[in-house]
Amino acid sequence: MKWTFFHRMSSPKWFYDFSGQCLPWVGLLALALVVTGLTWGLLFTPPDYLQGNSYRIIFLHVPSASLAMTIYVGLAVTAAIGFVWKIKLADMAVSCLAPIGASFCALALISGSIWGKPTWGTWWVWDARLTSMLILLFLYLGLIALREAIDSRETAARACAILAMVGVVNIPIIKFSVDWWNTLHQGATIKITTESSMAMEMLIPLLISIAGFYLFSLFVFLLRLRAEIISREQRTTWVKALLGAHS
Amino acid sequence: MKAVRKQRLMLLGFIACGVAIASGLILTALQENINLYFSPAQMQASEAPLETRMRGGGVVVPGSVKRDESSLKVNFQITDGEGVVTVHYDGILPDLFREGQGIVAMGELDKTGEFHATEVLAKHDETYMPPEVQDAIDKAHSGKNYSEKSEGYRSVNTKGTLAPEQKS
Repeated sequence: MKWTFFHRMSSPKWFYDFSGQCLPWVGLLALALVVTGLTWGLLFTPPDYLQGNSYRIIFLHVPSASLAMTIYVGLAVTAAIGFVWKIKLADMAVSCLAPIGASFCALALISGSIWGKPTWGTWWVWDARLTSMLILLFLYLGLIALREAIDSRETAARACAILAMVGVVNIPIIKFSVDWWNTLHQGATIKITTESSMAMEMLIPLLISIAGFYLFSLFVFLLRLRAEIISREQRTTWVKALLGAHS
Repeated sequence: MKAVRKQRLMLLGFIACGVAIASGLILTALQENINLYFSPAQMQASEAPLETRMRGGGVVVPGSVKRDESSLKVNFQITDGEGVVTVHYDGILPDLFREGQGIVAMGELDKTGEFHATEVLAKHDETYMPPEVQDAIDKAHSGKNYSEKSEGYRSVNTKGTLAPEQKS
């Protein structure tokens, strides 16, 4: 089997150089897509037949909620790989992903609440979708707190990996909560197997916006991870050489 | 793969399986408590508690909304396609409340099987479209006998939510 790519990628120096090359492209593309998606969605799509203009929060809410879940899955997989193979870079990635995921999770909860007031008539209701999403936020906060609470980096990495694995069970619960139980939250609008229940002129800006948010969080993730690499590897010769070259 | 790595991988596998099974069992046991509301069919089958605060939900039956002339009192029927329950409410209804709309009401079920609500929330469905599309659909359905403008394309499914009607 060819493990060389895997090993090379897990070297902090290689990753730092490689991500430095991707960073401006990811950033530019993210900016272009977010601006296009949000401007199109917020200003140029027609209003909804029933909700009028208040539905437009979907262009913020759906990308955030989707990212909050995707980032958690990515975090759990990275943490598991780091746990089994003891890869330093994996643990750095986990520590960078948690705050990003927590932010998007909070954004999804807040934007949903603002939409819920005019649409449902309440800010909050303890239905399965909203509650499981709140649990996701607490999982993220728990991961951040656990890492901060343990001084030894290796112990912290192990503890976080196990917590991340335990929490992953919540992801299918969030996703299918609207199908398994009676909830106030509606079912999924964007469907992969059947036709989405949204008019094309609203769906396209929404998909652009989702792609833009994904790239934006990739951009933020790379920025954070590069800073983390420099901070943790500051005693190595390559970082010293790099910093020496810059000063 | 080295033995120690295999061991760690198996440990993670066991944790994941254990947690999945445990949460599956807990969620199955709590099935009734996790459901946000009782459906009209459940209320009629006496599966819902009487004279206890709980939620009931369903689709407002078209033509069943009766408003009191001099107060905010209103009563209407909700259905999930199987059962029908009458709801009494005294208060301001959400903007999205209309006939054919899914709602979730908080209140008590009395002994005669009627629901007295203290709070009514509108349940939104997952369909989004511009008003012109809705008008076109209404026009296409105008030959049929529908009383209210926007129910034309909707039908009621068993979950008490609204689903777009199959093209006939």
